[in-house]
Formats: sequence, C-alpha cells, structure tokens
Amino acid sequence: MELEKPAGVNDAGYSPKEQIINDFCITFSTVNGSGSATANTTLLRALFKMGIPVSGKNIFPSNIQGLPTWFTLRISKEGYFGRLEKDDIVVSMNPATFSKEQEYIVPGGVLLYSDAIKLPVTRQDISVYPMPVNEILSAAEVPQKLKDYAANMVYVGILSELLRIDFENIYQALDFHFKGKEAAIRSNYGVITLAAKWAQQNLKKNDPYYVKPMNATIGKIMADGNTAAGLGALYGGAQFVAWYPITPASSLAEAMHEYLPILRKDPVEEGKETCVIVQAEDEIAAIGMAVGAGWGGLRAMTSTSGPGLSLMTEYLGLAYYTETPVVVWDVQRVGPSTGLPTRTAQGDITFANFIGHGDTQYILLFPGSVKECFEFGWRAFDLAERLQTPVIVLSDLDLGMNQWVSEPFDYPDQPMDRGKILWEEDLDEILEKTSDKWGRYLDIDGDGIPYRTLPGNQNPRSAYFSRGTGHDEYGAYREDPEVWERILTRLKVKFETAKRYTPKPSIKKMANARIGILSVGSTDFPILEARDHLARQGLATDHLRIRAIPFDAEIGEFIRNHDANYVVEINRDGQLKQLLTIEFPEHATKLRMVARIDGLPLSAKWIEDQILSQEAK
Amino acid sequence: MATQILVPAAPQTNASGFTRNDYKGLPSTLCQGCGHNSIANQIIAACYELGIAPEKIIKFSGIGCSSKSPTYFLSRSFGFNGLHGRMPSLALGALFADHTLHGLGVSGDGDTASIGMGQFKHLVRRNMPMVYIVENNGVYGLTKGQFAPTAEKGLELKKHGKNVFQPVDICMEALASNATFVARSFAGDPKQVKELIKAAFSHNGIAVLDIISPCVTFHNHEDSVHSYVGGKAMEIPLHEVIYVPAREEIFVDDFLEGQTKEVTLHDGSIIRLKKLDKDYDPTDRHRALRMLDEAEKNNLLITGLFYIEPYRPSMFDLFPLPETPLNRLPEERLRPARESIDQLNKMMF
Repeated sequence: MELEKPAGVNDAGYSPKEQIINDFCITFSTVNGSGSATANTTLLRALFKMGIPVSGKNIFPSNIQGLPTWFTLRISKEGYFGRLEKDDIVVSMNPATFSKEQEYIVPGGVLLYSDAIKLPVTRQDISVYPMPVNEILSAAEVPQKLKDYAANMVYVGILSELLRIDFENIYQALDFHFKGKEAAIRSNYGVITLAAKWAQQNLKKNDPYYVKPMNATIGKIMADGNTAAGLGALYGGAQFVAWYPITPASSLAEAMHEYLPILRKDPVEEGKETCVIVQAEDEIAAIGMAVGAGWGGLRAMTSTSGPGLSLMTEYLGLAYYTETPVVVWDVQRVGPSTGLPTRTAQGDITFANFIGHGDTQYILLFPGSVKECFEFGWRAFDLAERLQTPVIVLSDLDLGMNQWVSEPFDYPDQPMDRGKILWEEDLDEILEKTSDKWGRYLDIDGDGIPYRTLPGNQNPRSAYFSRGTGHDEYGAYREDPEVWERILTRLKVKFETAKRYTPKPSIKKMANARIGILSVGSTDFPILEARDHLARQGLATDHLRIRAIPFDAEIGEFIRNHDANYVVEINRDGQLKQLLTIEFPEHATKLRMVARIDGLPLSAKWIEDQILSQEAK
Repeated sequence: MATQILVPAAPQTNASGFTRNDYKGLPSTLCQGCGHNSIANQIIAACYELGIAPEKIIKFSGIGCSSKSPTYFLSRSFGFNGLHGRMPSLALGALFADHTLHGLGVSGDGDTASIGMGQFKHLVRRNMPMVYIVENNGVYGLTKGQFAPTAEKGLELKKHGKNVFQPVDICMEALASNATFVARSFAGDPKQVKELIKAAFSHNGIAVLDIISPCVTFHNHEDSVHSYVGGKAMEIPLHEVIYVPAREEIFVDDFLEGQTKEVTLHDGSIIRLKKLDKDYDPTDRHRALRMLDEAEKNNLLITGLFYIEPYRPSMFDLFPLPETPLNRLPEERLRPARESIDQLNKMMF
C-alpha cells in the first residue's frame, strides 16, 4: 500500500535552542473501554521504531467501560523509564477529568482536547489545540459502530503531525497491532492521515516539543513483563500451569496460552503438546493443582496477585513441608483486601516471605525488568526443583502490564536443573550405595536436599506417602518431638543451601559513595534516574538491587560499607527494610525507609526528595 | 529330593503375578470396627482381583479419619495426604504427571461435602478419570463427634444436641455436576463395595462412590442408616452388581434374560446388574435423581450403581497429551530449540 504522508504543520518556529527534543511526557486522558489503548500503544510503538527510548504507563480503573483512564507516554533520550509527576502535554478526550488535568501541565506545556468538551480552559500559560474530532470522523470512511474507537485515532494523527512522528512508523505499529488485517489497518490509518491533514491546514504549531529519530532502540524489543514471564516459563519447560483470572496477573497465563501451541509442540509425537494449562475454579484449586503436578514431577506453576496469594497460603505451607517444587508468580497490586486492583505495589513482600502457619521459609525472586521476567520465568523452575520447595516470584502491575523497551530475551544459558530425582535404576543405584538406606526425606548429601522418586516409577521400593502431618526421613507418620525438630532443622539447612543457587544482587556503584540504596523489582527505573539527579547535586550513591531471598551475604556487606542505606519500596511499612532488619540486625541502624504507596509507580523526583530531606536531618 | 519337599507352596498370585500382600498397607490405627477398615480391605481385594500393579496406582486423600486410611492399603503405591477439602485439585495436578496411572481418592463426608464441596464438584464436572470414594459416616470423628454435612436431620449427638439441617446427598450433588459414574454402597455389604470399586477403576472418567461407613465411636445409633444395625436393616440394593473383566469369557446362560442389565465400559469390561426387585436403568440421570429424592423422603438406604455414562471424554481426552507420560519427557522435548529465540524476539514489538 502506498503510504500517504502528511507534509508537516505550519510552524511558529522555535529556535533549535528553545526546542525540547525527545525529552517530555504526554498523558492521554480517555474513557475506559473507548479503544484508547490501541491509539496509545500505536504511538508508543511508532516512537520505539523511530529509535527513541520511550515508556508507557497505563493508569486504568477497575472497570470495563466508562470510568476515566490515563496513559502516560514518556519520551526520554537519556533512557529514563520512571514515572514523571508533571505532564508536558495532555491529550484530553474526557470531559469528566478535563479541569483537573490542566493543573498537571508544566508552564509552556500543551493541551490538546476534543472540541466536544465545552468546558473552559483555565490555563493561560500553555499552548492549546482544540481538535474537531467529530468533524474529522464524519469525513472519514469509518463504519458507524467503530466511530467511537476511531475517535482516538484523531489525536494520533494530530499529535504525530505536531511532534513530527514518522507516519511510516505509525503504519508499522498499526500493522503489528492488527496482525496484518488490512481493513482494520486501512480504516485506522485513514483517520490518522485525515486528522494529520486537518492539522496541517488548520494549526499553527506554537509549542517547543519535537521528536527526532535516534538509534537508541536498535536491537531492542518491546514487551510487557507478564508476557515475558510466561514466555520464560515456556522456555523453562513448564509442563503444568493452573491459574485463576485476576488483575493484574491474568495476562501472564493468557500469554502462555497464546504461545503454547507455537513453542511447545512435542518434537517427537506429532500433534501433541508438552504443557497443560488449566483454568481452575479458584486460586486454592489453582495452587492445589500446581502442587500436585509439582509433586508428580512436572514443572508446575500458577500466577496470581495478592488476594489469590492469600488464598494459596495453606497449600504453600503444605508444599514447603512436603518439599514439593512449585512456582508461584505474584504480580502485585495494591492491598490490603481487594485494594486497588488496577494499581501497582510492592506490598506482598513480607507476606510472601512469611506465608503460612508454623515456621516456613520460601525462595523469593524479584525480577527488575522485562528481560529478567523472562529469565526468572525459566530459572524459577530450576530453583524449585533443585531445592524441592516453592519459589514465589514477586513482579508487579507496572512491570507486568505495561509495555517496556527491553534488551532481547536471552536463551537460557544453562541446561534444565531437574534436581535430585530417582527413576527406577537411579533408585537401585542409590540403595546399593547407601546399603539400602534411601528415604524420601533422608539427607544423604548433607546439603539438606533429599532425593525424591516420582509417581509412575515402577521400582517396588520407589513409593512413599507424602503428608502434611509429622513424618520422619522415610515419610512415616511420626509425632516424636526429636523427629519433628530434626526435620524442621534440616529444612533450614536446605534454605542455607539455596544461597548457592539463587541469583546474586545486582550492584551499581559510583565513586566515593557513602550512601547506599537498596531495592527490589521495578523501582530500578526511577532509582536509576534519581541517582543521576543526586549525583548532579553532588551526592554519589551506590545501588544494590536484591534479586532473591534468602538474602545473600553480599547484601550485609553492602549495608555495612555505607553510612546510610535507603531502602526504596512501594508499600506503607517498609517491608523490605523490615526483612533486612531481621536478617542483618547488626546493621539495623544504618537502614532508612523510603516507602510510600498511593497506587502509582514511584517517581525519581520523590525518591530524590526523600533521600535529600533525610540526609539533611 | 528332600529339599524339594521343604519348599513352601508358592503364595497365590493374581493374573499379573502379584500376591495379596503386595496390595496391603500398614495396620490401621482407626477404631476397632470402623467402617473405613472394611472399605480398606475391599480396596485391597478389588485391586488384587483387577491385577493392577500397585505402582500403577496413586492414592490421594484430604483430612479426617477417612483420609488417614490410605496408609492402611497399597503401601507400594505413591500417596499424597493433602489438605482438608482440597484433595481434588491435588489429585488433578498429580495425575497429569503420568496419565497411565490410576487415581484413587479417599475422602470423607466433611472433607467432600462441607469444606471440599467446591473442589469436589469441579473435579466431577471436569470428568477427571479417577476413583473417588467418600467414606460417609455422617459425623466428624477425628475432632470427636461434631455434625457432618451428611448427618440426618434430627440426629442427636452427645455434645451438640439435635441436627436441625437437611443433609447433603453426595450422590445427588455428583449427579447435578454431571458425574459419569455415581454409586452408593454400605461398608456392611463388602461384596457390593468390592464389585463397585472394580467397576470404578475401569471407568474412564470420574467414578464417585459414596460408601456409608459407620463410625462406631461417635455415630452408631441403631435408628440411623449410618450405623451397622440401621444400615443393614434399611439397605435396599437396587441390583446385584457383578464386575466382569474384559478378558473373562462371559457365560450368558448364567442369567435369565430380562433379569440383567449390562454396561460395557471403556476398557471392554462389563458391569452386570442383576435385577432384584424393580427394573432400574442406570443410564437415566433423571430417574437416578428422582429415585434418590424418594429414598431420602422415605429414609431408605438404597445402594447400587445409580448412574453411568461410559463414553463421555475424560479430562485427559481434552488435552493433546503425548503418549509418553509428561513426567518422563526429557529436556529436548520441553525446552524450545535455541533457534526459536531470535524469531520470538522479532515478535516482541
């Protein structure tokens, strides 16, 4: 198809010095369910294709249709992907929020709005472009039932024209979104070009914002953390997935559903697949199925969010005590209770760490990027099977549901670690080696990890009875005090062994830094930016991003080596700081809390302000 | 030679070469006379007679007296004693590990019809191929005598007074959830229990067996169907159940025409139902429900195979599972090939 490319609007002519290029933030305000996601991701992808570092954050309501929703698109030549607290440009399609949004625009910023909104523009210090959305739509060849959806394509056209977004890239983005379906691509692109032409003929650009092609995204990919996690799990040889729908985790299992037929066809038996996905009746059943499958020797997982994890508590305790491998992805949202289902948080850290009654310990993983979601997708199975224990991966809504520019996924760099599994002959060998002393819970190697047999093993010595009640090294029911204590103590040895296998922390240093920052997960993005800002103000910092629990000894070293350590996290109580205080009581006074929860990703500015104000004390 | 004379007689074996001992478990720690022990014995007898290798069976249970019993049979089978009311999900996941194994779940009336009602009904709805036995005594035994959901209305218990609620009928619940095999039996009728267990093992789908199993300690009132005396007095078998394995020759002459009904199962075995009093068609779901409703109104313990639908696809039939059990698949059948990663990255935009 021959692309029609508008020629560019009349420009009031900001001098190159005054122009703001590839460094600003646009917020789109629309009504939920109006199809704005398509318009917004089209712009996001077009900018990505122009080689410009870009990030998008969807701030949406827990609703299908009708409530306000926002999408923030940050264009950052320096590659900062954190949330900004101010908007340079606001595109308003929603009268309900029109007045409020104007307040967030920076002086000299821009307001584009649908001229169907008949409310006053209160700001005098910004550039204002009303958009005749209905007029443009009526000139476009759009089927009546799709008019509402196409309305958002009007702002794509006008904004692209104003900012100089390449229309070829817009077309590529549409082509990707509509999976090559020509009718859909053409009608949307038609509206975009009509809108752009209108802008060309009717607008005079009197704002300083421009985009210019870069080469900062060459070789990179764009993906959301949930898809990355699901794909990673498929590369990890996931064999059994049970899940129950919950925002913001659903798209993880859904991605697995989508890619399973592509990636997991059995190379040996034609027409067969090597992974099973079951939508369970609730989260208790989802984890129950996964625990059963893990016990049966499958790489088993479930994905959920806070309320679901609460329901999984009892089963996780059973898996811990019966030493059953299972992987649980918790894509965190705001709690307690139902909380804010569509807003991001890191509020399940202490809960996941202590989950269940009695003494328990869990392997926790904290992916900090889309790429790491993929990596932990497969690595979690290696850990769960090696250590014969649950692994809980704590992602969050921001990472999981938003599109991120990322390094490409790496193929797993080591073969699968299935751990200590005994099939028929292995069992004979070990019985011979140990003079007939194999027991399911017997620590033969001294690392706290016993050997396990799997159902289907036809060796008459292979079977054992798994139980959540007290058992000895041979799986027999026991209530003896010394047996109970011995097994629990051995489980602690196993948790120590886990440190040999869990991912090490990621550390970034600056020269002469006496300040440390500690974090987990997606706060990595604003922390990177905050550290740059602080450095410009003369405050050098080192940053340690924890990637796993049990805590590595290196973390204690890091805390010891800094005068003050700021623990940055998205929750009220400083949950990560609490756990660090328990683990490293000798350094407790060196830990400082930088925590808040309002449903939004942290901004670099807030982190920076917090550290500066606490430093000033 | 003298040495030959000293060789003891070889123990009796089944068609697969296993002795009865190969199916036994540890000594029971339940009360003397508990109905569950009788059921355990019939599980052993049924599996022995069927000739299934014990390693080909996985046992599952929840929590309660019933759920302790899987250690009293089939010691050579893997087993998982899980959480209260959550055995169905555990079994479902575990059975996917190796679809060639036979699942045997043992639960109680509290475990199934109270805390576990949701999981039970969803397991049934999915037609998960496994035998699901409810050892139904109408009382919580392990916590020392509270009302169970199947306790009859008006039942009096020492510490709890009179039960004022309608009982749950597990067979009706199973039928309402589209179960493909629903039967009720009585622990005091071991022959029927055994034949039904054998038939259940041959069924390709969920086989629900609600077995009235008296609790001699907390609920053995003679006027209740949950007691030995009451059960024996009130039991009305619908038919005589005879399981005929696939390989056995059938002598039609043994039965008078019109007196038996036969159902051929997925594996070629046959359930022969010999008419006793009235005609009964076990493939009529509505009739089964009506019959159970009437039995409840008249306080009758009707036993037998209430309903069977042998050819509905099981849960396994709905997934493209390889012939090789999933838990035997090597890495090269699980991890996508290295070349695929570039292609995948190209799809991420």
